[in-house]
Amino acid sequence: MSINYLPSEYEVYRNQDRCINCRVCERQCANEVHHYDADLKKMISDESKCVDCQRCVTLCPTHALKIEKNTNRYKENANWSQESITNIYRQATTGGVLLGSMGNPKEYPIYWDKLLINASQVTNPSIDPLREPMETRTFLGKKDHHIHYDKNGEIITTNENPQLELSTPIMFSAMSYGSISYNAHKSLATASKELGIFYNTGEGGLHEDFYAYGPNTIVQVASGRFGVEPDYLEAGAAVEIKIGQGAKPGIGGHLPGTKITAEVSKTRMIPQGTDAISPAPHHDIYSIEDLRQLVYMLKETTNYKKPIIVKIAAVHNVGAIASGIARCGADIIAIDGFRGGTGAAPARIRDNVGIPIELALATVDKRLREEGIRDNVSLVVGGSIRSSADVIKAIALGADACYIATSALIALGCHLCRSCHQGKCNWGIATQRPELVKRLNPEIGKEHLVNLITAWTHEIKEMMGGMGINSIEALRGNRLMLRGIGLNEKELEILGVQHAGE
Amino acid sequence: MKYVIIGASIAAASAIEAIRKNDKTGSITLIGKENDPPYCRPLISYALWGKTTFEKMPYRSPLFYKENKVKLILGKAATAIDKKKKTVTLDDKRVFSYDKLLIATGSRPFVPPMDGLEKVDKKFTFMTIDSAKALEKEITPQSRVLVIGAGLIGLKCCEGILDKVASIDVVDMAPRILPSILDENGAKRVQDFLEDKGITFHLGDSTASFTKKTATLKSGGKISFDILVLAVGVRANTDLIDAIGGELNRGIVTNDQCQTTIPDIYAAGDCATSHDITCDTERVLALFPNANIMGEIAGSNMSGTEKHYDDAIAANAIGFFGLHIVTAGSYIGEKLDLSTPTGYKVLFTHDDHLVGMILIGDTIARSGIYTNLIRKRVSLSSLNFALIAQSPQLMAFKSTDRVSMLGERQ
Amino acid sequence: MKRVYVEENWCLACHLCEYWCALSNSPLDNMVKLKNKDIRPRIQVEEGKDINFAVSCRHCTDPICVKSCISGALTINNGLIQIDQSKCVGCYTCIMACPYGALMPNEEGVMQKCELCTSNGTEPSCVQHCPNNAIKYEER
Repeated sequence: MSINYLPSEYEVYRNQDRCINCRVCERQCANEVHHYDADLKKMISDESKCVDCQRCVTLCPTHALKIEKNTNRYKENANWSQESITNIYRQATTGGVLLGSMGNPKEYPIYWDKLLINASQVTNPSIDPLREPMETRTFLGKKDHHIHYDKNGEIITTNENPQLELSTPIMFSAMSYGSISYNAHKSLATASKELGIFYNTGEGGLHEDFYAYGPNTIVQVASGRFGVEPDYLEAGAAVEIKIGQGAKPGIGGHLPGTKITAEVSKTRMIPQGTDAISPAPHHDIYSIEDLRQLVYMLKETTNYKKPIIVKIAAVHNVGAIASGIARCGADIIAIDGFRGGTGAAPARIRDNVGIPIELALATVDKRLREEGIRDNVSLVVGGSIRSSADVIKAIALGADACYIATSALIALGCHLCRSCHQGKCNWGIATQRPELVKRLNPEIGKEHLVNLITAWTHEIKEMMGGMGINSIEALRGNRLMLRGIGLNEKELEILGVQHAGE
Repeated sequence: MKYVIIGASIAAASAIEAIRKNDKTGSITLIGKENDPPYCRPLISYALWGKTTFEKMPYRSPLFYKENKVKLILGKAATAIDKKKKTVTLDDKRVFSYDKLLIATGSRPFVPPMDGLEKVDKKFTFMTIDSAKALEKEITPQSRVLVIGAGLIGLKCCEGILDKVASIDVVDMAPRILPSILDENGAKRVQDFLEDKGITFHLGDSTASFTKKTATLKSGGKISFDILVLAVGVRANTDLIDAIGGELNRGIVTNDQCQTTIPDIYAAGDCATSHDITCDTERVLALFPNANIMGEIAGSNMSGTEKHYDDAIAANAIGFFGLHIVTAGSYIGEKLDLSTPTGYKVLFTHDDHLVGMILIGDTIARSGIYTNLIRKRVSLSSLNFALIAQSPQLMAFKSTDRVSMLGERQ
Repeated sequence: MKRVYVEENWCLACHLCEYWCALSNSPLDNMVKLKNKDIRPRIQVEEGKDINFAVSCRHCTDPICVKSCISGALTINNGLIQIDQSKCVGCYTCIMACPYGALMPNEEGVMQKCELCTSNGTEPSCVQHCPNNAIKYEER
């Protein structure tokens, strides 16, 4: 056995004056950090196992606990951070690929935080959302290019193309059953139904208990085709072909074997115990024509009644890719930015591959408008939408709606400890262990999700009202409502916004 | 409807309440020999020990009889019943007629004939408030007390007075103490504990003769004493119904509706028998909860609502100086000994049911879960018996049963 | 009448209900003061392999404990079963009778059990502090 070079990442501070030895921390830590020592007659903690999930801190009835970053420091080096050094120790001792969970935590520019929203003053006065109706309803799907009249000269208002109706321009993004728990899915499904929006099965298939929520479900067809069979496609309100996801563009999904229980195995239609790795490409899609074939095959199977979504990661030539997808029959394009979360991905890919969703969105919207095909598709974007302000900015940049995932998990209790791939999520979200899954009571989960979306929708109405706009469609692509701040010429050009002050 | 109740203790109180649920207007006449309102007899030792007072002991408030419109006749005894005329005659010659009669006369201490007993002037039984008060007046810190009978009553009396007297000797014919509820090993544990407290036992022995202050035992030993307490046993008060031909079996025989063999006459409490489901026999179960329930059943049937006492068992909780004992059922069938140094625990199973238990010490926690298994004749194969035998727990029940117990109104 | 119902699907055996019960039924004003005390909560967690749940007085509609109490300390008032601790002599007959094992002695040897926090002036404390909504307080 060689030396363990890795210092503990965290230190556990316990205020012994407040600690009453109730052992709740011991019982609630799946990483077995805390235990009561009968000889010393007090609680002691093994900080080497701590992942800073904050479960013990949250549940301690006397608030006796605190988790801090280990202040043990290697010699200062602006080039070689402590993290870079310890990652090399990890790989030297294991020979393995470094895995990570959730979204890219590195410091890259966040364009949402460099965009500012307009408000009306004097001209085009603000609207008070408590007094005037505000339309947050959104329809996703192919729109008609022209207005058609019937023989009496009346406008024909029916749109032949299938639409998804959302009560607010927010949906829950793809998170597979397997990467997250049954109770997490139950919370998402029941909340979607109550809110009148949609959630996405991810590539884990649809558990038979959730078929009842089909009308609020988007079923995903990913490269591994897990769980895909006719009833599955029929059950959802829309079908999403997952070409890629923002957290790991270019590679497929990854579910560690420890998280594949009997139920997960049955729902995905795969064997238990071994890692489920989806192939990088769909092995029947090697060109846009192949994609078109798959899109129409899915439309045929579902009688043209359901919108087909194509989800791609935001990568370098996303504009051209989107243009191709818009021409191949897809009804909705979903773009996932490089900040998007994941249950498990190689850390290097998560942190270095892909581009920000803000730039991708602006590029795609502009390109599709220029080519006159913007109405062929609706655009849904995700990849770290953190607040209602991000939603407003995304819509102003051209999105029809936003996909949220990390925000939803945080509403369910996630503390972004980024240990999902270990399968011991203390909040009952990213785990399959029954004693942990139990910790997420879907009654509470649903309530929290409904509260979050309701709050954001209210804020969206407030911000829209402030701009003098009373419906989402008037905000869509309305770049004039945004100004950049601290952005260079090129960034402003790509985003299509002027600088604040102009 | 005229209801007459002879005996003004616990069974009578619950009978009155049951009658009034059905019949707000019928007349109820209650005849009691003692002057005190009803109380639970086991409390008298606690009063001597200091855990309660004689003033706190009445089982119902003073307004109970008025609120329930009961004609109360205390300090009088019933002397005869005429089953044809349906009347009750009292010792002061008054006659009361009844439509329904309840005999709840309880029991009396049994004093067997003993040679020289009449020479002892400071002798007491230990059943009533009066006898407890009399004993309390008589004992001094120098008193040497001799108790005949190492049963429930005798030993509770010891607990009540031990710290107020100089010494206590206990004599019993049986080879072990508390023979009615404990087996040999259990009795030994309790005996050791009580001997540590300072009580001296003479078991498997009896008094051959008395002088004023000395008892000579059959074994030949002599015990000097100042105060004698006779707690040999009790006899059910069955004379009234015996005189008119009611069937007896150490107590008044009743069916599961508390009816005696004489029409319109019911019996409840320590004077009556009930059907012990653990051994399938008719027995007198002289226990407080049983008297309470029998009174309720009798009163209910007397006033027109049919009820059956179909889960009668013997179940006893008793403690001495902090050592608690819980026993229930019959000690038949297969015996399972799960004792530890700190707790005695023996379970008896027969034919897929728990039929009896003896628990002493730290094994008594949550023991009601076991009592319920006995009383409700729960099939042991419907739960995890190995688990519940370790300690009383609802976890041993099936999930659907647990959800029903904890998730539905009980 | 509202009663406390525990759902075993959601109980995590964290024991927070026990600590809050002990605090609410004590004269202490701060959980920190429970340090080094042997707590005797009126709700007790039973831990199993995959299932846990907490048990407290069911406030039965036909309570056998009330019928068994020799001193009349246990009474039922409008459905609520209460103990007059000044009358209890510690005979343990109720412990022998309760089919749920919901009664237990306090530090002085006198009986105690869940009384739905009616003397604490709050809604039942266990219900308020269960972190997973496993304990409900409702009419059924």
